[in-house]
Parts: sequence; structure tokens; C-alpha cells
Amino acid sequence: MTYEYYSSLALVSSVVVYTLAMFAHAAEWAAARRVSAARPAERELVDVAAAEQRSEGTQEQMRPELSDMRPELSDMRPELVDQRAQTDNVPINSEIDPVASRRVEQFGRIGVALTVLGFLLSVFGVVMRALAAQRAPWGNMFEFTITAMVFVVGVYLILVWRAGVRWLGLPVTLLAAVGNGLAVTVFYVAVAPLVPALHSVWFLIHIVAAAISGAAFNVGGLMSIIYLIKKRAEQRGPVRGYLGRLPESRRIDLIAYRFLAFAFPLWTFTVVAGAIWAEYAWGRYWGWDPKETWALVTWVIYACYLHARSTAGWRGTRAAVIAIIGLASFWFNFIGINLLVSGLHSYAGI
Amino acid sequence: MTTIRTREPAAEPSKLAPQADLPRLGWRGGLRYLWTQLTSMRTALVLLFTLALAAIPGSLVPQRRISPVRVTDFINEHPTLGPIYDKLGLFNVYTSPWFSAIYLLLFISLMGCIVPRIGVYAKALRARPPRTPRNLARLPAYAAAEIADSDHEVLDRAATGLRHRRYRVDFRDGSVAAERGYLREAGNLVFHISLLFVLTGVAIGALFGYRGTSVVIVGQGFSNNLTQYDDFSAGARFRDADLAPFSVTLKNFDVRFETGPVQRGAARLFSADVEVAEAGAAPRQETLEVNKPLHISGTTVHLIGHGYAPKVTVKDAQGNVAFSGPVVMLPQDGNFSSVGVIKAPDARPERLAFEAFFFPTAMLDDQGPRSVFPDALNPALFVNIWYGPPKVETGKPENVYSLDTTGLSQLRAADGEPVRIALSVGDGVNLPDGKGSIQLDGWVRWVKLQIGDTPGVPISLIALGFAVAGLCFSLFIRPRRVWIRVRDDEAGHRVVEVGGLDRADARAGLTEDVAELAAELSRRPEDVSAR
Repeated sequence: MTYEYYSSLALVSSVVVYTLAMFAHAAEWAAARRVSAARPAERELVDVAAAEQRSEGTQEQMRPELSDMRPELSDMRPELVDQRAQTDNVPINSEIDPVASRRVEQFGRIGVALTVLGFLLSVFGVVMRALAAQRAPWGNMFEFTITAMVFVVGVYLILVWRAGVRWLGLPVTLLAAVGNGLAVTVFYVAVAPLVPALHSVWFLIHIVAAAISGAAFNVGGLMSIIYLIKKRAEQRGPVRGYLGRLPESRRIDLIAYRFLAFAFPLWTFTVVAGAIWAEYAWGRYWGWDPKETWALVTWVIYACYLHARSTAGWRGTRAAVIAIIGLASFWFNFIGINLLVSGLHSYAGI
Repeated sequence: MTTIRTREPAAEPSKLAPQADLPRLGWRGGLRYLWTQLTSMRTALVLLFTLALAAIPGSLVPQRRISPVRVTDFINEHPTLGPIYDKLGLFNVYTSPWFSAIYLLLFISLMGCIVPRIGVYAKALRARPPRTPRNLARLPAYAAAEIADSDHEVLDRAATGLRHRRYRVDFRDGSVAAERGYLREAGNLVFHISLLFVLTGVAIGALFGYRGTSVVIVGQGFSNNLTQYDDFSAGARFRDADLAPFSVTLKNFDVRFETGPVQRGAARLFSADVEVAEAGAAPRQETLEVNKPLHISGTTVHLIGHGYAPKVTVKDAQGNVAFSGPVVMLPQDGNFSSVGVIKAPDARPERLAFEAFFFPTAMLDDQGPRSVFPDALNPALFVNIWYGPPKVETGKPENVYSLDTTGLSQLRAADGEPVRIALSVGDGVNLPDGKGSIQLDGWVRWVKLQIGDTPGVPISLIALGFAVAGLCFSLFIRPRRVWIRVRDDEAGHRVVEVGGLDRADARAGLTEDVAELAAELSRRPEDVSAR
């Protein structure tokens, strides 16, 4: 019975719990199949910022149709509708089935509760791992993955608490289950001290920055995927099922943008910190090591995303696709480069 | 570049107009057209994408600058593909003309975009906040409230309040116009200009910098002059006189490897005790470690590798010592199975040479001899023997790590098999046919030092600091405009009207801020009607 044992136990349990949470969220989506158009017309969200951005350049042009007084956070909360429907007992939309609606709510809550449990387990697992290794638990691919997943789920839970983005539950729990699942099966390595090249204060700075910006890229990327799905549904006519309970696609796009806009400077910093560290450890700040190259590729793709968002004809769908390509590049850099290509960043230890 | 880079409609080449009806552009017009195209946002996007794509092959195809050996292997393994790759520059992606062309075009495009925007921004800084719109109620956020004080007092108070909130405030025709968030565009410009400086720093480093490596055996030293380098590369503007005069003596080198069950053999410690001597200063003791380079007179010394040098004594057929000393061997794998060549050109009557294999923890089984651990737990030296008539001294430099076997024959046993000798430390063996003897006296470690100077790094580093800061400004600052006016409403009450407008993807709060402002100005919050 060692720290390492408890760490593994907690992480394996977290995979199971995240998977259950994913099933709960899947049931939540499925239960909403018959509950159509839950968002009444008056909740039609007009996004001031997005609209304004479009009108920039002709800045004095006013938009009389822009009228939205509701606080923004509530706009992201699909369940407000249910509460209103239940408390007032007045069907806002005659199609809403209160039983089905309640079931959606129940499954959603179960999903979030399980996610919280999985999160606590994986935090425990990471802490135990750190105690077992007696250092920051970021020395190899396994440790980086479990830490990054803690950040992803942590950010998601904060958003659920503060902004009601429970609709992100399905992709996030899927990601967390797959991430931690891969970590405990494929990436797993037993506790070991660090190689000398990692003995540096930049070890903390570079890797924490990478994990946090990675988490934000992931959440932003998932939102971009949801955005594309929702947008497609909107273009096909009235949105039915769970998708109807999601915020407007424009709103999703804006939240995704905030995540990516947060992640981008941090990723820039990650790359710069990596370059500084490389100068200390390897005697050159940039050597086109595969990992460095792909970090730059990822950076450039997200730079594309930010530019695309402010270029006419590239906003919306195209920008979202770029964000997803950026996420793919991030993942390739993490998994593909670690496992397939040999380079100086070969810390996977597998 | 998160804010808008859209061109004024006039500057955008009219793509929709039928080209045939247009008058000829002329060469000047053509250039202008090209320039507009190059500096357009779409081109910038395409160039960014191309840059990302172009960087990829370099991470998948071996690169000459990183591992020339793997490039050679690749060409040998792919006799058709290899030369094609070579012609395309795929083994030197990051210095290839096409890669350079992409990033140079990108930077030109960037400059073409940034320079005019600096002018626009400078003008915007001097300009007053925009005129108050006629109908504030049509703004995205609007609030109105009845006022108790005089118009003058209300507007004054509004101006003070907005100034406290760091707005730039202007009185216009009996109304207040205010704007904030100028730093967003400043951050955007700083970020892009910083990128130019980063590139400048890199260019300076590439022009004036140098970098070389030298293998130093424990007990020996390195002095910074060209003859002491094993390999050396320098920028076009580098002069030999730029080498700072100093020397480094390697007193001791401490290595430790993981002996536990997990990651057995992984390096755990590298630490070199060195004595540094600079011109005009007393020698000083330093410790050189990975992650802790030495800085000597503006030159950086890194510890980038290590290995073994078996100490060997070779005697010739006449019993004279033909060679004695450590021989640097190059590690071939993670367990430091090393190869090298021991040359005794002065052996008489025949010169001798040995292809040598050194295994720090030797194991001999049906897979052949190899090392099973990187530390020297059971060191052994295996040699093949070559001999031949003495060679005429040509003074030509020879590769110390490879054996040129022209004029040499391999020593073979009666059955025709090459003679192979295994030596443990202290063993001495007489060669067959009375050719002489070889003895393994011991072993020492060597380290590979990288000595280099990259001027321009501070420029790049400072520029990157500015870039990250500018990026944060350009992404997180929200430009906002607020207008305040006092007028009579339909019912004849004197009301203050507040209208607001966000100019970028923004966070929440415009509506709330506007309502709060109106409430503050009315001093009767219950009267506020906002939307």
C-alpha cells in the first residue's frame, strides 16, 4: 500500500466514474430528443459583441434590433427554461413535456455529480503521484496527461458552476475518460526521478503553462465542435432535441473564442519559456526539434484562428474549423510526436 | 492581430468588377495591386497556413542540421525518394529557399499591414471621441433616467465618473462622448512589431554568432581557439578574432545512473568540475551541469554529452610503446556501447591500428558483445587488429573516429577468421605472429562541451516579452464607447440618456455598466429605465 498504489487506484476509478458521467450526459441528450425547442422565442439571444464586431468599420451604424437586457451568464444556462416552466407551471412552449424535461434535468445533474466525483478522484490521484515521486508530477507523458485532465475538468466544472455550461458535459467527460484511460493504460510508467535535463525551475513554469493552455485549447476546441453542430442544426430550421437547449451558436462561438484567446498568449509564453529552457539545457534556444516544430505549427494555426475571426468571410464556421485543426495539431504534438518521432522531448518513458 | 484588419472599401481591389472593362493598370498600378494583395488579411491567412504546413515535413523527415547520420541513412534506404527529397530541400527545410520565402513574405505582409495602421492609430490617439449619435436609444446598450440636478451638473459628474473609469472624455454639443480601450490596438501593434524584432534578433545571432563542440577528456582541457573545436559553425559576419580567449580544464566528471527497477539506466546526475582561466584573471573553480551552463567572457559553455575513453597502451613488434593514452570512443546506444579507433602509426616494423569496441558494462552472449548498463560496472574492450607497412607522413588530417583501411590488412587466425581480442581493465595481450601487444590500462570519461555565442538573443527575448504583453493587451482590453446626453422625454421630464457600444468581442457587462451609469447620474435609481 504505497502512494503510488493509491494514485493508480484513484485514477483508474476516475476513468470509470468519468465514463459513467459520460453515459449520464448521453442519457441527458437522448432524453431531450422529444423535448423540442425548449428555448422560447423571447430568449432569442442577440449577441451584442459579436454583432458589433461585424459592424466594426462602419462603427456609427446602429442596430435597432439589438435589444438584450438579460445578464449574459444566464444566457448560457439552458436549465433556466425548465425552472421557469416548472415554477410557473405555464408551458412557454406547448410542445414541452414536463416529465421528459425533468428527466433531462435529472440525467444532467447525475452527470455533473459524477464528474465532480471523478474530478476529486483524479485530483487525489495526481496528488498521490506527486507524493510518491516527491516532486511535481509532470515528468512524463502519463503525469502530464493526468494533470492536464485535472485542468480540463476543473475549468469545465467552474464553468458549470458559474455559467451553466452543462451542455459541454458530454464531450468533456468523453475527453476526460479517454484521456485518463489512455494515461493509466498506454502511457503509464512507474514513479521515477527526473533526468538531469529536467532539473530546472523552467520545468515547473514551462509544463504548467503548457498544461493550462492545453486545457483551454481542449475546452475551446470542444466548444467549436459543438458550435459547428449547433450552427448546422440552426441552418436546417428549428432546432430540436438537446441542441435546442444549447445557447445560440453565436454565443457558443464567443465562449470558444474566449477560451482560445486566453490560451493563445499562454501558449506563446509556453513556447518562449521552452525556448529559454532549451538554451539552458541544450545550449540552443530553438533547434527545430519535432516537438518545438509542432508547438510552432500549433501556435501558427491558432494565430490563423484569431486572424480568421476578424476577417470577413472567415468568421464562424471557418474559424471554428481552424480551431479544431489547431486542437488536432496540439494532440498530434502531444501523442504523435511523443510516441512516433524521436526527438529531444522524449520523456514519455514508454 | 485580433482586432480588425479589414481594409477600407476603397483600398480593397474590386474583385467583383469585370476585369475586362478596366483600364490597364500599368506597371505602377500593377505593383500597387500586388502590394494590396500581399498585405491583405486573406494573404496573411494563407501565408500563415502555408508556414504551418511548410514546417511539418521538417519534423517528420530527418534534418541535416539535427542528425546528418539519419539523413544519410534515409538516402541509403530510399534510393529513389532520397535524392528527390534532397533536391526539394526536405533535409534542410528550415533553411530552404521556399521556407524562407514564406516567412519573409509573411513578414513583408505584416509590415505592409502594420505601418499604415500605426498612422491610423496615431491619428486616433489625437482624435476626439466620436460625435454623439443622434438617437442614443438605437445603441446596443441604452439607459435613461430622470434627473434631479441641472444639466450642467449631471454632465460634469458624468465626465468625472467616466474619467475615473479611465475613459477619454469629450464634451460635444451639450453631450458627453467617451471612449476607452485605446491600448487594445496599441497591444496589437506592439505584438506585431515585436515579432519583427524577434526575427531581427535571430538574424543577428545567425550572422555574428558561432557554435562549436569539443570533446574534452577528464584531466585535459579546452582553450577557445579554432583548432580545438571538433566541429564549428559560424555566421557570415563572424571573425576568428571574436573568439574570447579563455580555457577550461576538466578536473572531474561525475555521472550517476538509475539503478532502481524503474527506468534503469536513465541518467540521474551529470556534474563536471572545471577550472576556468580567463585572460588577466586568476583561474577559478566552477561546476558545469546540464541546465547550468558556464558564462565566460560573453561565451556560453554547455555540457551536452559524455562518453568513455579507454586508456590503452600499444607496443610494437620491437617492444617499444607505439601508443599510450586515452582514446575517445563514441557511444552508439543508451548503454554506451562505444566504438572508436586506436591508431599506432609509429609502430615498427609495421604500423598497427585497432577497431575498438568499448562496453562499460560488458555482456557477451549469443547476441554478441554489448553493454547492458551505461555506467562502468564491468568495462571491457574488444578489438580487431589491422597492420600494414608504415605510411608516408602527408600531414593530412585524419578522422580519429574511423579507420581508413587502405594499405592495411586485418590480422586473421589460421582458420581465416579475424582475430578478436577481449580485454578487461589491467589485461594485456600479445598479438599473434609477434606483431606486438595491447593492454587496457583503465578508462576515463570525456565530456562534450558546446561553446558558443549567440548575440541577438537578448533582443529576441525582450521582444518576446513585449510580444506576449502586447498580445494580452490586444486580446483582453475591450474598447468601449459611451455617450451621455440630457434631454426632455415625451412626458416632459428632464432625463439623462446613456448609450454604450462595445467594439470587440467582449465580456459581459455593457448593459449593466450603462444602466449603472444612468442610475448614478439620476441619483434616483428607481427611475432608471434601461434595456
